[in-house]
Amino acid sequence: ASRWQQLASRQLSLSPGLCGSESPLARADAIFKVTMIPGDGVGPELMTAVKDVFKAGDIPVEFEEFHLSEVQHMASEDKLDHVLSSMRNNKVAIKGKIHTPMEYKGELASYEMKLRRKLDLFANVVHVNSLPGYSTRHNNLDLVIIREQTEGEYSSLDESIFSCSDKSRRIAKFAFDYATKKGRSKVTAVHKANIMKLADGLFLQSCAEVAQLYPKIKYENIIIDNCCMQLVQNPYQFDVLVMPNLYGNIIDNLAAGLVGGAGVVPGESYSAEYAVFETGARHPFAQAVGRNIANPTAMLLSAANMLKHLNLEYHSQMISDAVKRVIKQGKVRTGDLGGYAMCDEFTRAVIANLSV
Amino acid sequence: MIKLNSKNIRIFLIYFFIRRLRVKMAAHGSLLSVFKSINPRWNGPLGNSVKIFGTTFTNHRNKATLTREHIPPPAKYGGRHTVTLIPGDGIGPELLSHVKEVFRFSCVPVDFEVVQVNSAMESEDDIMDAITAIRRNGVALKGNIETKHTLPPSVKSRNNVLRTTLDLYANVMHCQSLPGVQTRHKDIDIMIIRENTEGEYSSLEHESVPGVVECLKIITRNNSLRIADYAFRLAREKGRSRVTAVHKANIMKLGDGLFLQCCREVASGYPDITFDSMIVDNTTMQLVSKPQQFDVMVMPNLYGNVVSNVCAGLVGGPGLVPGANYGQDYAVFETATRNTGKSIAGKNIANPTAMLLASCMMLDHLKLYNYATLIRNAVLTTMNETRLHTADLGGQGTTLEVVQSVMRVIQSKGQLTAEF
Repeated sequence: ASRWQQLASRQLSLSPGLCGSESPLARADAIFKVTMIPGDGVGPELMTAVKDVFKAGDIPVEFEEFHLSEVQHMASEDKLDHVLSSMRNNKVAIKGKIHTPMEYKGELASYEMKLRRKLDLFANVVHVNSLPGYSTRHNNLDLVIIREQTEGEYSSLDESIFSCSDKSRRIAKFAFDYATKKGRSKVTAVHKANIMKLADGLFLQSCAEVAQLYPKIKYENIIIDNCCMQLVQNPYQFDVLVMPNLYGNIIDNLAAGLVGGAGVVPGESYSAEYAVFETGARHPFAQAVGRNIANPTAMLLSAANMLKHLNLEYHSQMISDAVKRVIKQGKVRTGDLGGYAMCDEFTRAVIANLSV
Repeated sequence: MIKLNSKNIRIFLIYFFIRRLRVKMAAHGSLLSVFKSINPRWNGPLGNSVKIFGTTFTNHRNKATLTREHIPPPAKYGGRHTVTLIPGDGIGPELLSHVKEVFRFSCVPVDFEVVQVNSAMESEDDIMDAITAIRRNGVALKGNIETKHTLPPSVKSRNNVLRTTLDLYANVMHCQSLPGVQTRHKDIDIMIIRENTEGEYSSLEHESVPGVVECLKIITRNNSLRIADYAFRLAREKGRSRVTAVHKANIMKLGDGLFLQCCREVASGYPDITFDSMIVDNTTMQLVSKPQQFDVMVMPNLYGNVVSNVCAGLVGGPGLVPGANYGQDYAVFETATRNTGKSIAGKNIANPTAMLLASCMMLDHLKLYNYATLIRNAVLTTMNETRLHTADLGGQGTTLEVVQSVMRVIQSKGQLTAEF
């Protein structure tokens, strides 16, 4: 708390351009509210890790928790409405995976899909970055995978029905806008238009149209089977990948495997209004519940991305630096990265590494 | 049984295209090409125009050729908008960096895509990049781009190229007396709507005989109707009672006469709003003697330039008034008088008010009304209550002091902010 007081009474810098290195902090009394949905499996444990790290780092974020779970019979339309109204206020959420039970309960859409539909979270972004210090077969990887998430459905929040071409155009524009914002040079569209000539042909056409507005970004396309093979042989040729819903699941998980598994890849879902942060490869990992062996890296990195989205750049950098430092040091690693540490040990190591 | 001869096809196509035109005012080029293919003898005296049922369509150079279906969806993801930022020359870059700072401080969900335009280069690539960026994002905030007189006359004004290519046909400026600013006239509240794409700014000049230069002033019925309709709609929306058209139709009987006639036609559709007209020389004289008589003014391009600068001077100078350029699909915000301010660049004495208020207009356009009112109130509080004025208003303050005072006011409102 004293650190806050010191910084709050600091003299204003002489020129706005000069205060680059010491990034601004948020005031302690200005708290950002974020919706939290722990989900199933190891979700709650990962959320605990996030909350612990946030508390240790004095981060001005307050979580509104909603325990929405189908397998634990804690899901209902009412709960979903509560979550949606909370989202409408906060606009930002962090969530774990809400598992869909195998048996058919009389409803065609799972709660995860319903949430996605109602918030119109059309774009899913997965950041595939190699972790420094943890070597895999492919090191120094830096990919972004963008996938359309609501194909074939409509968003009942706005009562608007998007045609397929609108959706393709929307996701293509999202991919190119994302590439422009992050300074990427290439966008590759993944498709199977040789077989699904109409559907994926439309997707490709939309991508090509949108690409004309971005003369600085190179646009290519690749068929899904070739893409998978290239990803495992030479993933460095890709920069940003954009694809319809069907292939996204496969490619997400494949790319996650390239850098270390489902425990290290963060992801987020965007709509025009809302942003939901989660892990990249969505698995509830129910076998690990209660055993304290899950890897919180993905959720922590995703939480750091969430802070960046909320304009809290300094805190975001602090958390992601701490996580990367712990992994680089190599002393404390969870089982999936070849170590013996428990989930809470890893969290404690991250907290110890949060720089002052 | 309808016979398919050329006459019937012509009639059918005319009917079809007129229906399309009533719904969408775009794709002049395609219409033109169809009519040219039907009857190549339809070229009018202006070379490329076709007269159809009383309306005249002219194939403007560099017109935005995207039809409505190809306008991409707005660049808003996760609640954050992306806006193109063109720093320009002179005081533009420093003022826009102050705007960025205020936005970052107030946690406004707007990300800026910066596109630099080099005014010293002869090629148009820079400005075309900027235009493509605006086509992607839909909204832009810009400083003025200098038009160097040392470059050959074939190099057009970059600002003009931007406005005509994106078809930003209406320039709107609201001049209001501020209580904190000392001026000779008080209680001024004038909205100026200026046609932004044609008139004397069509860059059509030639020297047919050495020593004799001809400059073409283009006034089209289409654009005049469009701007008059915009003016009356805006007047109705804002609850204004009078629209004055400014012209010089006693001399330019055909050009300004057409403009005036279009204004009168549109005025007949708005019986609740009074319409009158005034010749530009009388207007300028009235503006400096009794400016309170004016309410909303609509005019072609060059008179708009003159009148808007006079009005800006009446309310306190070029550092106070923001301006907006609206097209059908795009909007670009800047200061109203579009000064580069080379002589005061880098000296920390420029007035940031105009640019900050322009950014508030942009936030209103993006429907972020809360942030817009927050920043606008902070700027006006600084202007009126703390009376922190820069040199152009006769004060001693620097740009940085004004901006920091604005941020302090925002912070005192208890909003969610990032620190300095």
